[in-house]
Amino acid sequence: MTANEFKMTVDSRSVNESFARTAVAAFTAQLDPTVEEINDIKTAVSEAVTNCIVHGYKNSVGKIFITVKIKDDNAVLITIKDRGIGIEDIKKAREPLFTTGGADRAGLGFSVMESFTDKLTVRSSLGRGTTVTLYKRILGRSK
Amino acid sequence: MSVKTDFQDEVLYCFLSGEIDHHSALPMRLEIDDKIEISRPKETILDFTDVTFMDSSGIGLVMGRYKLCKSFDGTLTVCGLSDSSYKVMKLAGLSNIANIKKGGIKNDRK
Ligand SMILES: Nc1ncnc2c1ncn2[C@@H]1O[C@H](COP(=O)(O)OP(=O)(O)OP(=O)(O)O)[C@@H](O)[C@H]1O
Ligand SMILES: [Mg+2]
Repeated sequence: MTANEFKMTVDSRSVNESFARTAVAAFTAQLDPTVEEINDIKTAVSEAVTNCIVHGYKNSVGKIFITVKIKDDNAVLITIKDRGIGIEDIKKAREPLFTTGGADRAGLGFSVMESFTDKLTVRSSLGRGTTVTLYKRILGRSK
Repeated sequence: MSVKTDFQDEVLYCFLSGEIDHHSALPMRLEIDDKIEISRPKETILDFTDVTFMDSSGIGLVMGRYKLCKSFDGTLTVCGLSDSSYKVMKLAGLSNIANIKKGGIKNDRK
C-alpha cells in the first residue's frame, strides 16, 4: 500500500459525528481492515470528534480539522484538531472517569481512544485548541 | 423513535436501535427517563440487540439510567450487546452496576 492522505473540515455540530467517523472508516477501507478494526477506528474517531464539539467548542460552533494518513507499513494516522478552549491539564484529562462534562458523560473518551488504537497523543494549549493523534496498525483480513 | 418501550409485570423493557453517540443519546435518554419516572419499574432492561454502533455516550446512557433506577429501588439489566458494544462497555467496568447479558431477550413485544 502506498502512502495516501485525506483531509476534511466539518462544523462542530453533533449531527456530523456520525458522518465524520464513517468518512474516516471508509477511507481506511483501502487497507482491507477487519470488521473489528473498522469498529475500533469508528469508535476512537467518534470520541475525538465528540470532544471537540462537547468540550472544545462548548459554547460556540467552530471547525474540526481531520486528516487521515495511510502509512506504507499498513497503519493509519488520524489527526483531529479543534481551535477551541484547550485543556488545562492533559494528564488529568486522560485519567479514566475524569470529566468536566456533567452527568451524561462517563469520562471514558480518552480511555476508549487509548485502548482502541495503538497510540494516542494529545497536544493542547489553553484558549488555542486541542490536537488528538490516533495511530493504528491495520493487520487486515488478508494477512 | 430510536427507543421502543414496553412495561409489563413491573419490568420496563427498552429496545434501543441504531447508532448511540452524543448526538443520538439525548432523545433516547429523555424517552427512557420519562418511562422510568412514570412506571417506576422494579427492573429496567435495556436491550441493545438492534444497536449498530456505540461510543462512550452509550456508557453515559447506562450509568445515568442506573442512578435513576436506583433512586426508585429498581435494578438495571443490559442485554443484547454486540462484540463491539461489549468491548466499549467493558472499559467502564459496568458489570459492577448493571447485570450484563450478552444475548437479547426473546420477545414478541417489539
Ligand atoms: N477537544 C477538547 N477540548 C477541550 N477539553 C477537552 C477536549 N477533549 C477532552 N477534553 C477534556 O478532557 C476531559 C476528558 O475527556 P474524555 O473524552 O475522556 O471524557 P468526557 O468527554 O468528559 O466523557 P465521555 O467521553 O465519556 O462522554 C473532558 O471532560 C474535558 O474536560
Ligand atoms: Mg469525551
